[in-house]
This record gives sequence, structure tokens and C-alpha cells, in this order.
Amino acid sequence: MDLILVNLIDGLVTGLLLFMLSAGLTLIFSMMGVLNFAHASFYMLGAYFAFQISLALGFWMGLLIAPLVVGVMGAGVERYGLRRVHQYGHVPELIFTFGLALLIEELVQFIWGKNQMPYEAPEILQFTAFAIAGNSIPAYKIFMIFISVAIFIGLLWVLTRTRVGMIIQAALTYPKTVEALGHNVPLIFMGVFGVGTALAGVAGVIAGPVLGTFPGMAFVLGSIVFVTIVIGGLGSLWGALVASLLIGWITTFSKAYNLRMEDLLTTLGFTKPEPIWDSPWRDLWSITSPQIADILPYILMVLILIFRPYGLFGKRDA
Amino acid sequence: MTDQLTTDPTKPAQRMRAGSMVLPLTPWVIAAIALLILPFIFTANSAITIMNQMAITIIFALAYNMLLGQGGMLSFGHAVYAGVGGFACMHIINNDAFFSNLPLPLLPIFGGLFGMGLAMIVGSFSTRKAGTVFAMISLGVGELIAACSVIIVAFFGGEEGISGDRTYGLPFLGVEFLQQIEVYYLIAVWLMVSAALMYLYSRTPLGRMANAVRDNPERAEFLGYSARWVRFYSFVASGFFAGIAGALFAINYEILTEENLNTTQSGIILLVTFLGGVGFFFGPILGAIVFTLVQTVLSLQTELWGFYLGIVFVVTVMFFPGGLAGLIMMHVPAKRLGKLGRLGLPYLKTLGAGALGCLGAAALIEMVFHVRHASVGDHEITVYWTTFDTHGVLPWVLAIGATVIGFGLARATAPGLVAAWNDANTPDGAAR
Repeated sequence: MDLILVNLIDGLVTGLLLFMLSAGLTLIFSMMGVLNFAHASFYMLGAYFAFQISLALGFWMGLLIAPLVVGVMGAGVERYGLRRVHQYGHVPELIFTFGLALLIEELVQFIWGKNQMPYEAPEILQFTAFAIAGNSIPAYKIFMIFISVAIFIGLLWVLTRTRVGMIIQAALTYPKTVEALGHNVPLIFMGVFGVGTALAGVAGVIAGPVLGTFPGMAFVLGSIVFVTIVIGGLGSLWGALVASLLIGWITTFSKAYNLRMEDLLTTLGFTKPEPIWDSPWRDLWSITSPQIADILPYILMVLILIFRPYGLFGKRDA
Repeated sequence: MTDQLTTDPTKPAQRMRAGSMVLPLTPWVIAAIALLILPFIFTANSAITIMNQMAITIIFALAYNMLLGQGGMLSFGHAVYAGVGGFACMHIINNDAFFSNLPLPLLPIFGGLFGMGLAMIVGSFSTRKAGTVFAMISLGVGELIAACSVIIVAFFGGEEGISGDRTYGLPFLGVEFLQQIEVYYLIAVWLMVSAALMYLYSRTPLGRMANAVRDNPERAEFLGYSARWVRFYSFVASGFFAGIAGALFAINYEILTEENLNTTQSGIILLVTFLGGVGFFFGPILGAIVFTLVQTVLSLQTELWGFYLGIVFVVTVMFFPGGLAGLIMMHVPAKRLGKLGRLGLPYLKTLGAGALGCLGAAALIEMVFHVRHASVGDHEITVYWTTFDTHGVLPWVLAIGATVIGFGLARATAPGLVAAWNDANTPDGAAR
């Protein structure tokens, strides 16, 4: 029971982190119909910028400034890159963001090298918040949860309760009409792109100290983020939240509990072939749940796509 | 629907020659002769290795372009089909009883069949939609299979991959494929055969329908074609030829690892195809040749070559979506008018200046990188065959000067080039 609680918290941290990335991605997608392949790269840039700023001004200024810088860069990419490529169609747009992801990774290696950066949580948060049956929960994890929840509530409030949010929502569905009413739709697009990438930047700033700040960090998380928004349903913010938490908990629990395929197959009434190392089924019998934890999201995605192609909460066709 | 890369029927180079199910003879004969005599010109073993690599990349890139260029489907996980074809061939090679009765040159057929089989399974659910959804599914499936390679050790061999010996096959006309040059001719024959088949496929009604579905799926549906099944057939055919490329890789290198399956490999083939140009059949061929050469040469010279490649790729997507082939074919109208010669001098001015700027910028990048990352006390750097001290002033002045002057001149001469371009593309005596 205690272990379940600890894993629930761990999974929540992972899930909320994923959500911060997928929220921006899914917003951008529903607005422009383009999937930003470089989204996770902005997350990486956030971590690196925050590290560089924290050397001079400390962690908190990094948390404040780095996302802003990333957001401005994102807006610049939309204004001068994507808008130009948009005329060629969706596929070149995707290829463009893919190239951008490559370029940003190379750029990070060019500036900071290939090694992991010594980016760490601020000392004020380096204590144990509380312990559950001997398992200590660091305060930084609680901090991460608070930041992500605060951002989610803020985002929801802006989107549903403010005038800006109303205009954005309207521009999602009827961009032409909104433009005819006198709103600057391209500017809204640029703003949403900037805010989306800034969100990814925040995720990078707070995840950098935990998951490590290294050139491969975008790649590690990138494809999982895509899987998340496919499972949640492209363009659905609630779907992104549910799918993020689902993936966070699934991976955490399957890593924490060593479920073995052998037990499952024996329960189902199969007999173990002997000798096992010579059997063509040896890999199936030796599978354990921690081993496949990282590919479970992909399997989930394939299943979702086969049985519910719109995703969990997806309403419309992409 | 402005979703897709479109052919422009007003451009003669893109106008389809429908119904011509024959190969235009000249380019194919030239290609065959070139393949035949190349090993006599470049006799070194390393050169033959590069040419083998090139030929395999060409087949793979052409197969990829069946999806991207002809079908309008962007796949981020196509290495999987080549990889699985290659792994399957490796298992056939290691199965003595079967392999000793099989001539090696027939092996790629099996690779193709396995690639095709996997493509049929994945395509059954991934080709329902084109565009973004297809791209995401291809990425997810690609990651899934690449991740499986460390779990399903019996098939993928875990981290060290699987290896075998191609020479145990049934001797083919007395050849046992012990030497690199024999493998070269095997690959060359397969290159010609598969390139010709892929070209002919693009001329079949099915290949034509793939273009129609790419450009306007709705209209194709109204004409009575199922866009989904047309996509499915393109996908399966592409999987077959990707499998052949994988099998040739297995024959050439005799080892396959997780690297043949992963997303990096899929990304490279997208890069090669797009840089070469997706709008024309010969684009991916050009891309594969140039990319392999540049990769071989540049990766020996600088560790920053991935950085340069990224810049070139992004610039290509933004400004030259037709790729290399598109750039070349842009000159066809001027050639028709017989005014290609008038472009020579303006080109020389602008591109020469631009090249100077690029060289200067590259030197700057190398120097910055060296200053930041070289070990302490190491101030020596060799750029463009000259060795100098990166902490001196002169090299920086030279590099910055070359960059500024080069790009400045290119910018200054650009209007002249535009004027010359417009002139060359306007028939003489036409109303301005």
C-alpha cells in the first residue's frame, strides 16, 4: 500500500511533466494543423538556458528568464520559418520542424558539448519533504507537481475565462471569421506558438536537474510526447492530460513491480519449454515488466490507433 | 487541399508522360555503363566500399520516395522495413541447410518479401490517413520495433546484433562472393533492376493513382478509387524495395544491429531523399550519391559535419523545397530557349561570393568550437590545410572579413542574377 502511494507520486511527476510538453504541442496542432517535431528540442533549450542563467543569477532567475527566451525563439521560428514553409503544405512543414529538431540538437552540442551539464536543483529545495514507509519523497518533486498544476490551472483559466482565450478558441475553429471580425489571426498563431514553446521551456527548466541536461534529452522525451497526444486525441487538451498521467503511471508501475511473463503464461496454462535457452520462445518467456516499461506507451498507441483511431478524447479528424 | 507536394503541369519537366510503359533508353544505358566501368576507374577497396554504400542508399532512397514524393506520405520510421528485411536475410544466411542451396544473388528477394510482409501488417492500420497522422504512426511503430530489438533477442540479436557469412551460399556461376568487387556487381545489378522496376511502377495506373491521391484524395475518391487502398499499395511496394536495400546491406556488411532500425537511420533517409529532391525520379539517386560522398569526405575533416548538414537541410526546406533535382530542372526552360549561357557570369559572381562567405563562416564556426571545447593549452587548429593559433587576432580578422565580404558581395550581386534569370527565362522579343 505504501509502495503504491510512492509510485503514484512518482508517476504523477512524470505524467505532469509530459503534460507540460504535450499541452503546448496539442494547442499548436489544433491551431495550425502542424505537428511541431522540434517541440522537445525547445524543452531541451529551456534546460540548457536555465543552466547557463543559473550559473550567473541562480536557479530562480533561470526559471523566470529561460522560458521567456525559449518562447521568443519559438515565436521567431513561427514567424520567419514556419510561416514561410506553410505555403508549400503540411508535409514540408513537418519536414521543416524535423530539420529544426536536428539542427537544435547539433547547435546544443556545438555550444555546450556532448557531456551532461552539472545543472542541479536549488539548495533550498534539496531536502526530504516527507517519507512514506521509509521511502523519502524529495521536496523538489513536490515543487514540480505544484508548478505543473499551477500552469495547468492558469492555462485553463486563460483559455476559458479571458477574452484572449475566447479569441484563441474561436480562431481554432473559424480562423477566417475571426479575421473578418478584425482580429490579427497570424499574430494569435505566433503568440500561441510562442506560449506553447515557452511551456516546453518551463518543463525543461524544472526537469533538467532531475532527468539530466544532455544533448539527447530532447530525443528521449520527444517521441513519447507524440505518442501522448496521439493517445489523448490530436488537439484535445483534456486528452493530453489524461494520456500524460496514464503513461506516467503505466511506466512507473511497470518499473516498480517486477511482473514476469513466465508467471502470466504459467497461470494461463502454458508449460515452460525445456531447455528454455534453446526454445524460439525464450524471449517471450523471459520478458519482465521493467524491461518493457519504456515501450508500453508505443504498444498502447498502436492499440489505440487500431481500435479508436481518434484517440481517447479526440473529436475530429486530423 | 493544399496539403501535399503538388506537381505543376505547366512545367514541362513535371508533365506526366502517361501510358508510356517503356524506359527512356539513353539515361538507363548510360547508368548501366557507368556502373560497369566505375570499379575500373576507382580501384581502391575503400572506393568500392563507398560505391556499395551509395548503391544501397540509392535503392533505399528511391523506395522512400515512392512514399514521400509519389504518394505524399511522410514516414519517420522507414528504416524498420529495410532493417527487418536485412535481419531476415541474416537469419537465412545463418540457416546452413537452406542457405547452402540458395545462390546469394537471389537472397534480396527474401529480404524484399519480409519487408513487404511487415509493411502489409503496419500499413493495414497506418495508411488509413495521410499527412500528419500517418507520420506520427510511422514514428511510433518505428520506435516500437527499434525498442523491441533489445528485447526480442532471438530475432534481433540484442545490442551486438547478428552477423553471418555470405560465402556459404550456393556458388553462383562459380562466384562465391569472397571479394568486395564481386559484391559490388551483385549490388549494381540489383540497383539497376530495382530502380527500373520502381520507375516502371511509377508509370503504372496504380503509380499514377498514388500521385492523384497525394494531390487530391477527395477527388480521387469521387472518381471511384479508394484513397486508403492506393496508399496501402504504395506503402507495401515501398516496403518491398526497402527490404531489398536491407538485404543488400546484410550481404555487403554481413552484420546488422539496432542502428539499422532506429529513428536516426529513418531520419537520414528522409534527409537524403529530400535534399536530392522528391519531385523527380532521379532526385533521390542524386541525393544518395551526394550525401554519401559528402558524409565520407566531411566526417573525416570535421566533427561538426552534422551541424552543417542540419543548416543545409533547414535552408533547403525553407528556400528550395524541390531539392537538388528541383534546382537542376529549374534550368530546363532557359535551356529550351537556348539562353542558358547568359546565366554563367551572373552565377559565377553571386555563387562565388556566396561560397567565399560560406567558407569564412565555416572557418569561424570551427574556430569558435575549437576555442570552446579543445583541451586547455591546445591552441593549434588546422582549417583548410593551414595550421594556426586560434588565440591570435589575424585568423579571426581574416575569417570574419571573408564572411562579411563574401555574403555582402553575394547580396550586392543578387539583383543582377535575378535580372539575368528573368531575361534567360523570357523568349526574345516577348512583350515585357
